[in-house]
Amino acid sequence: MSPTPQMNERSVEPAFASQAAFRALMECLSRPGERRTLDGIGAPAPMQAATAALVRSLADYESPIWLDPVFAAAPAITDWIRFHTGAPIVAAPSKAAFALVADASALPDFMQFAQGSEEYPDRSTTVIVQVERFTGTKLTLQGPGIETTRDFAAEPLPADFAQRLRDNREMYPRGIDLVFVAGHEIAALPRSVRVVEN
Amino acid sequence: MYVAVKGGERAIDNAHALLADKRRGDRNVPELSLEQIDNQLALAVDRVMCEGSLYDRELAALAIKQARGDMIEAIFLLRAYRTTLPRFGASEPIDTGAMDIRRRISATFKDLPGGQVLGPTFDYTHRLLDHTLTADSDIAPAATAPADAATFRSVADLLAGGGLIEGDAQATGEVGDLTREPLSFPAGRDLRLQNLARGDEGFLLALAYSTQRGFGRNHPFAGEIRYGEVEIEFFAEDAGFAVPLGVVAITECQMVNQFTGSATQAPRFTRGYGISFGQSERKSMAMALVDRALRAKELGEEAGSPAQDEEFVLSHSDNVQATGFVEHLKLPHYVDFQAELGLLRKLQAEFFERDAQTEAQLQDAAE
Amino acid sequence: MTAPVYNFAYLDEQTKRMIRRAILKAIAIPGYQVPFASREMPMPYGWGTGGVQVTAAILGPRDVLKVIDQGSDDTTNAVSIRKFFTRTAGVRTTTATGEATVIQTRHRVPEAALNENQVLVYQVPIPEPLRFLEPRETETRRMHALSEYGLMHVKLYEDIARHGHIATAYAYPVQVDGRYVMDPSPIPKFDNPKLSDCAALQLFGAGREKRIYAIPPYTRVTSRDFDDHPFEPYRHDASCELCAATESYLDEVITDDAGNRMFVCSDTDYCEHRRALGHGPVAASPPAEAVHD
Repeated sequence: MSPTPQMNERSVEPAFASQAAFRALMECLSRPGERRTLDGIGAPAPMQAATAALVRSLADYESPIWLDPVFAAAPAITDWIRFHTGAPIVAAPSKAAFALVADASALPDFMQFAQGSEEYPDRSTTVIVQVERFTGTKLTLQGPGIETTRDFAAEPLPADFAQRLRDNREMYPRGIDLVFVAGHEIAALPRSVRVVEN
Repeated sequence: MYVAVKGGERAIDNAHALLADKRRGDRNVPELSLEQIDNQLALAVDRVMCEGSLYDRELAALAIKQARGDMIEAIFLLRAYRTTLPRFGASEPIDTGAMDIRRRISATFKDLPGGQVLGPTFDYTHRLLDHTLTADSDIAPAATAPADAATFRSVADLLAGGGLIEGDAQATGEVGDLTREPLSFPAGRDLRLQNLARGDEGFLLALAYSTQRGFGRNHPFAGEIRYGEVEIEFFAEDAGFAVPLGVVAITECQMVNQFTGSATQAPRFTRGYGISFGQSERKSMAMALVDRALRAKELGEEAGSPAQDEEFVLSHSDNVQATGFVEHLKLPHYVDFQAELGLLRKLQAEFFERDAQTEAQLQDAAE
Repeated sequence: MTAPVYNFAYLDEQTKRMIRRAILKAIAIPGYQVPFASREMPMPYGWGTGGVQVTAAILGPRDVLKVIDQGSDDTTNAVSIRKFFTRTAGVRTTTATGEATVIQTRHRVPEAALNENQVLVYQVPIPEPLRFLEPRETETRRMHALSEYGLMHVKLYEDIARHGHIATAYAYPVQVDGRYVMDPSPIPKFDNPKLSDCAALQLFGAGREKRIYAIPPYTRVTSRDFDDHPFEPYRHDASCELCAATESYLDEVITDDAGNRMFVCSDTDYCEHRRALGHGPVAASPPAEAVHD
């Protein structure tokens, strides 16, 4: 008989947690603006549990992380990321595979992040933004993943957020992808999304 | 009457059991041990380690046994195992100048510091079947020179002293790894060399041969071929210094090639580089020729031959990929075949209809 | 030596993270081929290593997996891949399309409409739709970057000039959300319309060529065609001899040495489901040679 691979029963728990976080995000990106619940894992303030779960499930030494000034000012955050993921922390947002933003109202200009190239638009930053709640000024969205239209709201966000999304779409296929975390809920706005009214 | 094909799982299990039975063969014949394969089919082990990208003689011997001697299957087994291993980092560059030499020859100088060391080689054997090997042979230990700590400078380095050959490429510190990052074109020389080192010996041999026959000729001389053991060191972050991991046997080939120079560069010799695990001179030499051929653009040479075409060479050198895709034609394709069949019938019907019409028109015209 | 043990779903966590990052970018840029560092898997390249890696990266303990090849759950490669995940992930498997949360497929899209809780994972041999027009990756990548798809149009038009038809019966190129031209994998062009506005997420994995791409749910996918020669899906003009289906894609089966043949559903689950509902063979089957659009 040929050997068949067997699963290591003892080490599956962290694998399950990573899978659950990834799958929730995969569904959010597939259905822009729709929310999914994610229990998350403990991490030092101001990192929310769901943010921590996403970072642990996606980041490692091959994916540089940029921290916004609020996160960067907390040494416990840097230590936590280094210890749990081994991901290099970079000072330039344009070098980051992931950007973590604690202060959503001060969301940096999207152009500061990696946009990818025309040939390789995937070489771009995924920006994970912590918000307080999924309410506020409603954006109506269309595009891949949306059957007709879908409404999305989050706050706090910069006043010109809708325009920034439109500008991001203008760059397509280059651009950034946005993930939002509020408590145990997450949502995502990939670059393919189109804002129809606000 | 048609019955849906069922029981695929049992058929597969039975096929595997039959394979295991055939692998073992006649039970009256003693079973091969891994030590026997390692010792007596050592060059097969070397090749499997090299193209399998994993230096472990015992695992390579196991793969050869499990694959019933099918080398590409054995390489595949080793690669699939390698992919599951945790990765700690990259070793420090090995120093082949400090090699514990088993064999070292140069075709460019009659004599040189350290001398020509023939070592174990088929080179001057007469290829006559040796029937004494059909029975247990009693081979006396061979005479060897006493081990000493002498190291030999490479021939290329000797030439570089006089400015007759280009220097070694500048080390950048970072090397790519095509098993971690998919290859994109143009690839750097580091990735090219990694790809060639893992590449199929037969494919590289044919490409190298084609350059000698004029498809991208680069006037090579075998500056030096050396085979022996080198130490592998790994820089441990926690220790803060490089620690020795062990010793590997490798074959290195430095080709010296003609270069006529350009408007900005003086004529001088250029290099092609080949390296392989174990003793594998054919592979190392072929690799060095292909490496040099792939440098055609960099050196401003005309580059229209297959061996000079980076995308062609690097995309087709991997025998595990190649055999998988060629052999996947064994898998069912009846859905697509049906679609083609349907289209073909339609095209044929239309063709014959047109034909008949033309015939009828000709008939009318004749009457 | 003891039997080796592996992580859940075979791949180590680092490899899964790398594949997951690629999948997320693929979803964000529908139809664009994301390069990924495909690993050597314990099955050969060309036998579904891309699909297997994608499935392994998304699969969780609560998933129910279905694997089909040529539409069938019983073909040897489908059996082999299903067994691989039973052993390495311990997930529940099914042959019923409606029960599955993840469906890995080679060469077919199931007949039954998929739902929002499902992911369809395609095995892809050659992900580049422009490859047979231009063998160089550097060139095709530039053509995608500039949306320079004229060459493909010319090729299809040459077919029409020569044959009066587009002579592509499977792996018929599509355009995703009006942007990227994409290879739908070697599905018969009969299946192309199912890719558009599908409720399920569709992921495509090419292991040997090291590419992952995606079609998010409810994304417009069009088959490339011309105003005067619109895209036409093709199926044998016959009904299934087992379940009498007239809408499904049919396999032609040769029944004897005289070359007699019959037609049966390629999607075995669809066919079994219909038979369970009482659909059976029709009294007089239509002549097998009547084949047109």
